[in-house]
Amino acid sequence: MSENKHVLSILVDNQPGVLSRIVGLFSGRGYNIESLCVAETVEPHTSRLTIVTIADIVAIEQISKQLNKLINVIKVNELTGEDFVQREMALIKIKAKPEYRAEILRIVDIFRCKVVDVGPEHYTVEVTGDEGKLKAIIDILKPMGIKEIARTGSIALFRES
Amino acid sequence: MKQLTGAQILMKTLIDEGVETIFGYPGGAVIDIYDELVKTKIKHILVRHEQAAVHAADAYSRAKGKTGVCLVTSGPGATNTVTGIASAYMDSIPMVVITGQVPTQLIGNDAFQEVDIVGITRPCTKHNYLVKSTDDLAQIIKEAFYIAASGRPGPVLIDIPKNVANGLATYKAPKEIKMRSYNPTYKPNMKQLQKVVDLIRDAKRPMVFAGGGAILSGASKELTQFVKKTKMPITTSLMGLGVYPGDDPLSLGMLGMHGTYRANMSTGKCDLMIAIGVRFDDRVTGKTDVFASQAKIVHIDIDPTSIRKNVPVTIPIVGDCNETLIHLNKLIMDADLGNLTQKRKTWLDQIADWKSTTPLAYKQTKNVIKPQYVVEKIYELTKGDAIITTEVGQNQMWAAQYYHFKKPNHFITSGGLGVMGFGLPAAIGAQIACPNKTVIDIAGDGSIQMNIQELATAVQFNLPVKIAILNNRYLGMVRQWQELFYDKRYASTEMVHAPDFVKLAEAFGAEGLRATKPEEVETVLKKGLASKKTVIMEFIVDREESVYPMVPAGAAITDMLLV
Ligand SMILES: Cc1ncc(C[n+]2csc(CCOP(=O)(O)OP(=O)(O)O)c2C)c(N)n1
Ligand SMILES: [Mg+2]
Repeated sequence: MSENKHVLSILVDNQPGVLSRIVGLFSGRGYNIESLCVAETVEPHTSRLTIVTIADIVAIEQISKQLNKLINVIKVNELTGEDFVQREMALIKIKAKPEYRAEILRIVDIFRCKVVDVGPEHYTVEVTGDEGKLKAIIDILKPMGIKEIARTGSIALFRES
Repeated sequence: MKQLTGAQILMKTLIDEGVETIFGYPGGAVIDIYDELVKTKIKHILVRHEQAAVHAADAYSRAKGKTGVCLVTSGPGATNTVTGIASAYMDSIPMVVITGQVPTQLIGNDAFQEVDIVGITRPCTKHNYLVKSTDDLAQIIKEAFYIAASGRPGPVLIDIPKNVANGLATYKAPKEIKMRSYNPTYKPNMKQLQKVVDLIRDAKRPMVFAGGGAILSGASKELTQFVKKTKMPITTSLMGLGVYPGDDPLSLGMLGMHGTYRANMSTGKCDLMIAIGVRFDDRVTGKTDVFASQAKIVHIDIDPTSIRKNVPVTIPIVGDCNETLIHLNKLIMDADLGNLTQKRKTWLDQIADWKSTTPLAYKQTKNVIKPQYVVEKIYELTKGDAIITTEVGQNQMWAAQYYHFKKPNHFITSGGLGVMGFGLPAAIGAQIACPNKTVIDIAGDGSIQMNIQELATAVQFNLPVKIAILNNRYLGMVRQWQELFYDKRYASTEMVHAPDFVKLAEAFGAEGLRATKPEEVETVLKKGLASKKTVIMEFIVDREESVYPMVPAGAAITDMLLV
């Protein structure tokens, strides 16, 4: 069976240990986590996790059910196949030698990102977008020398009609 | 308002939950709790090892149909419970385990006897809590009992720091439990059920496969009615033994690696399998690709994760087994299923044929006791009415095969985890739950030594539990695998030294009996069963007897090695 990327959006009761239960479920049952994002929602005591995982259709059904079975999990939505918006942010610290500085700024402009920190030897660029966009800009900047990179992992929500 | 200590609040809440018995072992972190416990009417069973407290609570729960309760201290007390908790988790037994913890201000400091038991037990409890304030205690305890017994039951652990137990709070009666994140589905989807009726009507070779979930939901009566009405043969998992009378003609006996020939063959030939409260464990299915490959499978279970986890299912039904069967029985009453006697004849004849040509069998001998013979005799002498607990290994399988359980909750075994050392503490728990029942631990010589210290508990509380040791001086089940699949290299399975079990029993203040020849078996059993004391009955059995049928691990369940 073929394995695909799946985006899971999980609402949880914000109890101590809830993240550990979820992460433990993935490691204990041999599922993998590509990325994981978690923060509070507007509702009190409620957080949303977005987990990207790679699994076949049988496994993803089990993963969703197993997550739902955890006492502190309120709701699990699998977004794949649905209409949803997905974003990720990255901070990319790039070597900015004089001969590349203009080129970098041009790329930043094309990708509609921002330079958030400047030094004599580097730029730090903030980029937001879906996975494809992040991959594209990283590929383009790589030859100029990426010093460090920090990514948030994906967050996602359904589109409402 | 009057202030109570955490320990007092705990007692009040436990009494309100209807707790009558606690299995436990004290220590520094729970000394305040014990100081209150002793002032209540709750009976405390002081075990000799915390693992035994959990197994005893497990069996108590099954025999009594109530949530079992354990109380142990922090650190080693808590870690000693882990095997018991994991076993109860796999067998879905409702239980609340209360552990002491170092004071909150010391947590994280590697304090004396500090261990993160909530972290350790996260993957083997249904849920667990660290109580951070005395104010939260009552509500958490109520919630823990609710979670343990509802939905698919399981163990819940509550870790109570010492300062929470001896700290003060104003007692407020806990609120009714309503959780936005936990709402088990009890009621089945009626449309799905109607489809099941159609499948039953159209099936030529249907069968029922019931398991521990059916027992846990109290579905035995409805299930029996369902089976009788639809005239479907029924097999059970190890955990399901007794949910349907094992001596009834429609009973196929147990399914699986050591299942009966007719049960295993039926799964290969059936065209409809109605699975109720089972989870299609690998010991039951064998090779899953060819399991029940001609059949449409209907799977009824309260836990959605059990469905389609191991085998594909035609009709999934999430719901309580008993409630689902009540609805199903109503639909069946109104349905026209045709002349079932006629419809089922070929199929039931085939099954009868399997039974007569290839029954459960062993070769009786004159001079050596066969372990199966001992179990058969126990069955005969107790008229199939005893509560049987088991250890793990061959003893467990022979108990399952040769004791034909007629009622649910009479076979108490560590099914999912297979814990050696389960049987004796389980017998203690079952005997406390049912003081007037005959309770027998069918044991192996290896397993019994894993919790043998509990003889002291049994004697202290005057429990007339009986321990029948099938002594083959081997870790027999492992030896059997070595014989069959490892060229008879008996690596570390011969028990070259064992205690004299008769003297051992006497040393603990119990009674010890021994049979070495077939003709002594009945005498020893009669004497042991008649005794009011804790009794060890040791049977020196054929050393290299094996359990048959046997399906090698990973083979098709219909590919059996026979005697
Ligand atoms: C705690 C634990 N350790 C190891 C095992 C593996 N094991 C399964 S059966 C068995 C042999 C049991 O020997 P005995 O109690 O003498 O029973 P017999 O099979 O001889 O009847 C062993 C070692 C286990 N199930 N549980
Ligand atoms: Mg043995």
